[in-house]
Amino acid sequence: MDGAREILFYAFSFVSLYVQVFFLIVFLQKRKDLLVRTEKIQLPNYPAVTITVPAYNESHNIEKTVKSLLEMDYPKDKLFILIIDDGSTDNTWQVMQQYVNNPQIQLFKKENGGKYSANNLGLEKSTTPFVGSLDSDSMVHPESLKRIMTYFFDASVMAVAPTILTYKPKTIIQRAQSVEYDFSIYVKKMLSFVNAIHVTPGPFSIFRSTVFKQIGPYRHAHNTEDQEIALRMQENHMKIEHAPDAFVYTISPPGVNGLYRQRLRWIYGFIKNTIDYRHLLFRRRYGNIGFITLPSGIVSILSVIFLLFFTLYNIVSFLWNKVLALSATGFTLHPETVKLDWFYVPTSAILFLTILVYLAVFNSLFIGQKIKSGKIKLSFNIILFFFVYSIVAPFWMMKAIYNALLGYQSSWTAERDARGI
Amino acid sequence: MIHQDVKRYLVVFVITLALFVTTLGVSSFFSKRKLENIKTIQDQIGIDIMSSETQFQLLQELSCKDVAANTLSDTLNDLADKIAYSEQNIKNTDEVTELKRYYSLLEIKDYLLMQKIKAKCGTTVVPVFYFYTTAEKCSECIKQSAVLTELRRDYPEMRVYSFDYNLDLSALQSLIKIFKVEDTKLPALVMDEKLYTGFQSIEDIERAMPQIIKMREKRLKAEASAKALQELEAKTLEAKNLKN
Repeated sequence: MDGAREILFYAFSFVSLYVQVFFLIVFLQKRKDLLVRTEKIQLPNYPAVTITVPAYNESHNIEKTVKSLLEMDYPKDKLFILIIDDGSTDNTWQVMQQYVNNPQIQLFKKENGGKYSANNLGLEKSTTPFVGSLDSDSMVHPESLKRIMTYFFDASVMAVAPTILTYKPKTIIQRAQSVEYDFSIYVKKMLSFVNAIHVTPGPFSIFRSTVFKQIGPYRHAHNTEDQEIALRMQENHMKIEHAPDAFVYTISPPGVNGLYRQRLRWIYGFIKNTIDYRHLLFRRRYGNIGFITLPSGIVSILSVIFLLFFTLYNIVSFLWNKVLALSATGFTLHPETVKLDWFYVPTSAILFLTILVYLAVFNSLFIGQKIKSGKIKLSFNIILFFFVYSIVAPFWMMKAIYNALLGYQSSWTAERDARGI
Repeated sequence: MIHQDVKRYLVVFVITLALFVTTLGVSSFFSKRKLENIKTIQDQIGIDIMSSETQFQLLQELSCKDVAANTLSDTLNDLADKIAYSEQNIKNTDEVTELKRYYSLLEIKDYLLMQKIKAKCGTTVVPVFYFYTTAEKCSECIKQSAVLTELRRDYPEMRVYSFDYNLDLSALQSLIKIFKVEDTKLPALVMDEKLYTGFQSIEDIERAMPQIIKMREKRLKAEASAKALQELEAKTLEAKNLKN
């Protein structure tokens, strides 16, 4: 039993380390191609773009979202905004009316059908060569669209994913998430270098409109349509890029429950979409998406769960032995017997491997920070990140597996309720 | 997938493997150093025991004062702790088992020497034989070890000889036969040559060996009077200095 536990630990550590080394090698090979712009840029021409803003009970956030779109540095006659009220039960529609006379904006109201259906209505109504969407809990940086559009000068690029950051993180949970988003910048960019992106996030991924003409509109896709469309594009060998300097700020869940619900939906969606697209796995013609992205995602889910049980087992065994010893001797304090002998310094392979994997993760995080802001910042948020995620993440992952096995659909509504939106 | 991707997978695999093996190697290096440390202590103890035995054989008499100086309690205790730590934390089981065999042999030799010393100089230490198992989960053994560690601290006169019941060592098997220890009744203690099976509390052990309490009182008394004498000497020296 002990042996099996250790072998599993070694196996998970090896794969985790492999993935981190893979990213590092890609980084070292491609770092010269990493484009991070901090100045304003001008494009030789500005292709017309339509942005769909699906909104369901977003009366509190939608103004900020639309304002950020209107303030983007992009010619007004080339940027069109479609706001779609997806059957809200609050006063979202009334709030939307302030834009009724704005020539850039069109308003639509439909019966509630889920985000993917609102996005599809946007696709139907758009006539521009480029389309995208922006979740109504997100705001864009004024330069983001221009930065994204530069990637489309390469005719083979069919979609560009932005860099998502947390909007003004305040709570412990939001500050922990901000670290995760920094980490994701690096991971996503490295995946884009090897054409292995598996999600074009709802907030501000931009597509050539031909993508949807060729492979069809968004699907329900287990409430993770942004994962499914990316996988479908990969299936059809369509190139997805990532713009690390195209920032989108999203309002992240402020509490544990909201985070749990959101991640439950994401991981559930990942599992179900991976099952739906299992034919991409380990097939040479689909490349890195099937050899790196999807397998590493599956392994990371399993390893996070394993690590929880592994750590819990060790802690419980240690405490149990202490309790047994104390039950036999009673509590006695012998400060003079504290051993200052190097012999007792822990030097187990498990400890050293854990340190190695954590160092690799820190390295990824620091490169992510460097890409984002040009500097490395050792903040308290990093401790919050490791603390919150190592405790809570295994639970949403286990629940997602459980739901996937039993076919329990994740609910947008429950997530929104938990997030207090 | 293109040739470059396959090449990258292989390069990454080689680097990961190198990192992995290096990390395991570093850990193994430290484990080896620890086991070497145990081996060094054991060799020292072995030499000390042999030296005392040789003295016995050569002169047939050994000053009881020298015997007191030769008692290996602290070193043996340190060794016992390190062996126990290694059993739990060092995974190189073959080497740990080998060291345990050596340790068990040293314990038996030490016991035999102590018997000789006892015959010549009277009781210096009280032996306690402790048999435990690592072949299966034994929570009673964890409790028993804790009790013995605690008692060893309070009664340096007590010398605990602990043995892994399942260790393949003929001398140990003889000892097990002599004391009639059964593997189904572990932990087992032999105190005053009498076998006790199952967990024994601090009070049980104190009851089984009342002499350790007397020895302790005697030691504490001797320590107190030595301290008083030291203080008196210091005061006399101070008074002398003042006078001068």
